[in-house]
Order: sequence, then C-alpha cells, then structure tokens
Amino acid sequence: MSYLDLKGINKSYGQFVALNDVNLSAAKGEFVTFLGPSGSGKTTTLMIIAGFEKATTGSVEIDGRPLQGLAPHERNIGIVFQNYGLFPHKTAAENVYFPLQMRSVKRAAGLKRAEEMLELVGLRDFGHRYPKELSGGQQQRVALARALVFEPSLLLLDEPLGALDKNLREQMQIEIKRIQRALGVTTIFVTHDQTEAMSMSDRIVVFEGGRINQVAAPLDLYHKPETRFVAGFIGESNLIEAVVTDPVARTASAAHLGEVEYAPTDKAKKGQGVTLMIRPEHMRLSRNPIEGRRNAQMKVETIVNYGDNALVIGKVGDLTMRVRVLGADVVIIKENQDCCISWTPDAVYLIAK
Amino acid sequence: MTGLSNMTERKNLWPWLLLTPLAVFLVVFFVVPLIDVAVMSFTEPRLTFANYERALTGTLYQKVFINTFLTAGFVTLCCLLVGYPLAYLMSVSSQRTAMLILLLVTMSFWTSFLVRTYAWMVLLGTNGPLVWLFQAVGITNPPQLLFTRFSSTLAMVHILAPYMIMNIYSVMRKIDPVLVRSAESLGARGGSLLRHVYLPLTAPGIANGCVLVFVICLGFYVTPVLLGSPREQMIAGLIGTQLDEFLAFGMGSALAMVLLVFTMVILTIYHRHFGLDKLWG
Ligand SMILES: Nc1ncnc2c1ncn2[C@@H]1O[C@H](COP(=O)(O)OP(=O)(O)O)[C@@H](O)[C@H]1O
Ligand SMILES: [Mg+2]
Repeated sequence: MSYLDLKGINKSYGQFVALNDVNLSAAKGEFVTFLGPSGSGKTTTLMIIAGFEKATTGSVEIDGRPLQGLAPHERNIGIVFQNYGLFPHKTAAENVYFPLQMRSVKRAAGLKRAEEMLELVGLRDFGHRYPKELSGGQQQRVALARALVFEPSLLLLDEPLGALDKNLREQMQIEIKRIQRALGVTTIFVTHDQTEAMSMSDRIVVFEGGRINQVAAPLDLYHKPETRFVAGFIGESNLIEAVVTDPVARTASAAHLGEVEYAPTDKAKKGQGVTLMIRPEHMRLSRNPIEGRRNAQMKVETIVNYGDNALVIGKVGDLTMRVRVLGADVVIIKENQDCCISWTPDAVYLIAK
Repeated sequence: MTGLSNMTERKNLWPWLLLTPLAVFLVVFFVVPLIDVAVMSFTEPRLTFANYERALTGTLYQKVFINTFLTAGFVTLCCLLVGYPLAYLMSVSSQRTAMLILLLVTMSFWTSFLVRTYAWMVLLGTNGPLVWLFQAVGITNPPQLLFTRFSSTLAMVHILAPYMIMNIYSVMRKIDPVLVRSAESLGARGGSLLRHVYLPLTAPGIANGCVLVFVICLGFYVTPVLLGSPREQMIAGLIGTQLDEFLAFGMGSALAMVLLVFTMVILTIYHRHFGLDKLWG
C-alpha cells in the first residue's frame, strides 16, 4: 500500500533539465533516503513535494490525494533544512509552539505540548533558551521537534546533519531514527553521504543527474547494484570492464584477467559489454595462489591502514585492484611486493548497465 | 627595540593625523558656534534664565513644540507605511530591479533641496497639474493644497522616506530566506507570517528608520516654512523668525538648545536599547 507517490515528475529551469521522469512510491511509516552527488536533483524533488517549487509536469500524491494547487502552508508537511531555520527571536519552546500557534492551539496548551516534544528529542529544560544559546546539535533537535509537533503527514529532512562534526553526526543519526520509529512518521531524508544512507534507511533512492538511478534496500543496493554508477558510489568496489563470452558457462573476458567466471544472473547476453564488480572484502590476499579459488598476480602499490582493517591497492597488469584485509594480516605485506589475490565466482557480480 | 616601538607608535598616530582636518573643521564650524549659541541663550539680552522660562512655559512656544513633535511623529508614520512595502518589494526583487527602485527612491537625494521644494510648489499650486486634474474630473472647487499641513507633510515624507527605506531594506536583505520557508511549511501565511516572523525580524530596521526620520524631521526648516501653513509652524521655523524678524538671539538660542536637548534624550534612549552605532546600518 503506497502512501506517498511521485508520478512522472519533470522539472526544467529554462533549457536545463533538473529532474527527468522521477517516479517513486513510499509506504506509510517508511524511512526513505535520497542519496546522490551534489546537484543531482535531491533538493529540487524535496521542494516540489513541499510545494516551494512547481514541477514542470507530473504529480505528487499523499494517501491518494493530489497535492497540486496546495500552497506550502496547506500541505501539512514538516521540513528540517540544513541550517535549521530556527526563528532567532523566539525561544526553543516558542519555536516548537509556532506550528501549533498557526493551527490556533492556545498558548498554554501549545507550550506544554512543545515541552513534551522537546523532551522527546532529548532537550528537557532547554525550552527557555534562544537558538543562539544552543549548540548546533541542539538546534538540530529543536528544528526536528518543531517539524514533528504538528503531526505532519510527511517529514522531509534536507541534509540535516551536514553541518555537524562526525561524532555528533553519528549520534544524531541514531537519534533521528529512534524518533522517527517512535512516531511512525513517513520520512524522506536527503544526504550525499552513503554511510549515513546505509545506516538509517529502509530504502535508498539513488539520484544521478536528475534521474532516479536505483531504488533498493541498503543491503540490496550494496550487493546488487543495477548500474555502474551505483556500484561505484556505494562503498569501495573493483569495477572491471568485460565482454560476455559464454552466458551458459557464465564467463566474460576482461583485460589483464582473462576469462572470468561470474555469479548466476539472467542479464547477460553473448558479446555484451558489461561491468564486473568484486567488493574488496570478497577478495583474499596471499603469498601463493590458493587452490579452489580464482587467482591473479598483483603488485602492491599502496596500503591504507584503518586500524582494524586495511585497504591494499595494487596493479594486476594495468588494472587497479583493491583488496580489504584484516588489520592483523597487514604486517605480512609490504609495498612494491608481488602477491596473490583470489576470489570465488560467487563474488563476481555482473552489471549489465 | 626602542626603534620598533617608536615605529608602532607612529603607525598608531596615523589614523588620528588623517582625522585632523575633519576635527579642525568640526571644532571651528560646529563646536565653537554651538558653545556660542549655548552662551547666548543665557546672556542675551542679559544674564538670566528668562529665555528658558519663556521657551518652556510660553503658550505659543509650547504649542509649536507639541506641533513639531506631532508632525515629526506623523511624518515618521507615513514614511514607515510607504517605506516598508517598498523595502519589501526591493528585498524580493532581482538585484537589478532592486537597484532600479533604489535609484528612483534616492532620486530626491540627487536633486537640490530647494529645487525639490519648488517642484512641489509648482505641482500643488493653484495653477498646477493636480488642481487641473481635479477640475478635469469635475471637482470645480478643489481644496487648497499648497501652504497646508498636507503639502508640508507630503514634501517631508518624500524627502525622508529614503532614510526609512534604506534602513529597512538593509535589514530585510539579510533575512535568511530559509526562515520564511520554514514558517510557511509550519503553516504560516500572509498576515500571521508578517506578524509572527517578518515584522519581529525586521524590527531593528524599523527602529533605526523611525528614529532617524523622527530626529531629522524635528529640525526641518525650509520645507515647512516654504510649503506649510503659517499657522502650523514647526520649531525650526519659529527659531528662524526669532532671529530674522525679532533679532531675539537669546530667545532663538534658548529654543534651539531645548530642541537639541530633546533630540539628545531621544537618541540616548535609543542608544540604551539598540546602540547608536547600528543607526547607520
Ligand atoms: N532556481 C534554479 N534555477 C536554475 N537551476 C537550478 C535552480 N535550482 C536548482 N537548480 C539546478 O538544479 C540541479 C539540481 O539541484 P539540487 O536539487 O539542489 O541538487 P542536490 O540537492 O541534489 O544537490 C543543480 O544543477 C542546480 O544547479
Ligand atoms: Mg541539496
């Protein structure tokens, strides 16, 4: 049962096409993330849903009701902007009370409700403070409380964590997720940070150049990317150009690697140019070839240490390959050394696009 | 070591040196005459407080002071009512349109004070285009426009509105558009958006503009004298009459000092609340 529907949305600014045939459905209570590089059309889509921009063609529906012709203040949609948009002349509690005030809720009752909401976002006893007396993370929470207090039919968050430092960011990710679950509000979260998208979402919508590239659950997106763009954008990966030689035996030929066997798929056609993806953590590094696995000789060039693990980058012929190894194993490898990388056909994922 | 400290000292002197011509000018043409006026107010025609006594208790003087304050207040209100929407229009326009409006608004700054005043005399005069327009639409007995409270107020608003507009515009331009969008998404529209969000955010600009216009208006001389009704004098005009016609230098000086004190009081109150440095944007 879909709750939010975007149907065939196009948006042009003069000659420039900002959105190209965007279609999306979200279920009630779902946490959907828009992920994509800067300029890919995420904010534009959000602003069309909120009513601040008009789609050139296409429609937005909530619960089967078209939003066309409704002004932003009539849509009952909560938004948190990147720089929060808190009213500097109002206290935190007054800020949260504001949407209730606009809905003619009496001051005493409204402020009480605002304090309850502030408590939910972990800001008990902060109601009397002005925005400039609050830290970035606290302002963020006030903005969230304000966007939720009037029980919106939809919550939109446009890169809300962009201005926070890493630790606070992770804390807020958990916090937002907790509040969203508690209230069961359908949420669209915009980010260009793939780890953020992976950790928070029920489903991720990948934007590229004004188009939706793929819609999938986080793990599906990681393991079964449909396009080369998604494979490259989400996580580390080895992307190898190849040509399908035998769809039955599932082999493709790639420069420097020769014939490579790939995992079962129904997308390959003989002679087709494809991309083969092998995640770095699905490969093994060893001194000598390992029996039962596909092996290739690699010359190590760089070792990037992350403490608990390391990324070993090297060359197979002219082909750059990345292999992830556990931190303890990294001591056996040196830069400029020759070694062996290996994988199983299961780990080779074929991308037709 | 000493050489170095000498050099920094010399450097610190530079700004003061650059200020000297201005300081000399101010002392010779402003401070000295002002002290002279203050002295005269107590000594002309002889050493007494009589001038102040009359300035503060005389019915005519009281009436003129009250009229001056009421006029300045009314002009300020008119400037605000005209200026606020115009400033808003500028703040939501494109850069080019905003500059065009600013140019039109400040046009009166580029024309001489007297030329502007005479232009109003022509426009509003008995043979002027406005009267002609009245007759054209069938009003055969048009009301007297020139030399009334109406004509002087109109001219003063015209002259002072740019101060109001520029003060408010400079504040409006700095308002984050995200604040307005947030307010709209939270359910605010039209009147409530203005009342709860836009007006409070632009209040500093309104306060600046009002104080500036009010204070300048208190001392207006040429416009009310040339365009206003002789029965509705303002204090500057009255001071002029004292000096020109009655040669009552003591009385004129005392009135000037009272006006100065009133102005200082207003600016002090403003400074306590907002800080005078903000007055100039
Ligand atoms: N008002 C506008 N006029 C012209 N182009 C715009 C306007 N707003 C956005 N764009 C363009 O549309 C594209 C998508 O923008 P946006 O949705 O903000 O991207 P994102 O949020 O994914 O970074 C960008 O290339 C941007 O330059
Ligand atoms: Mg954006």
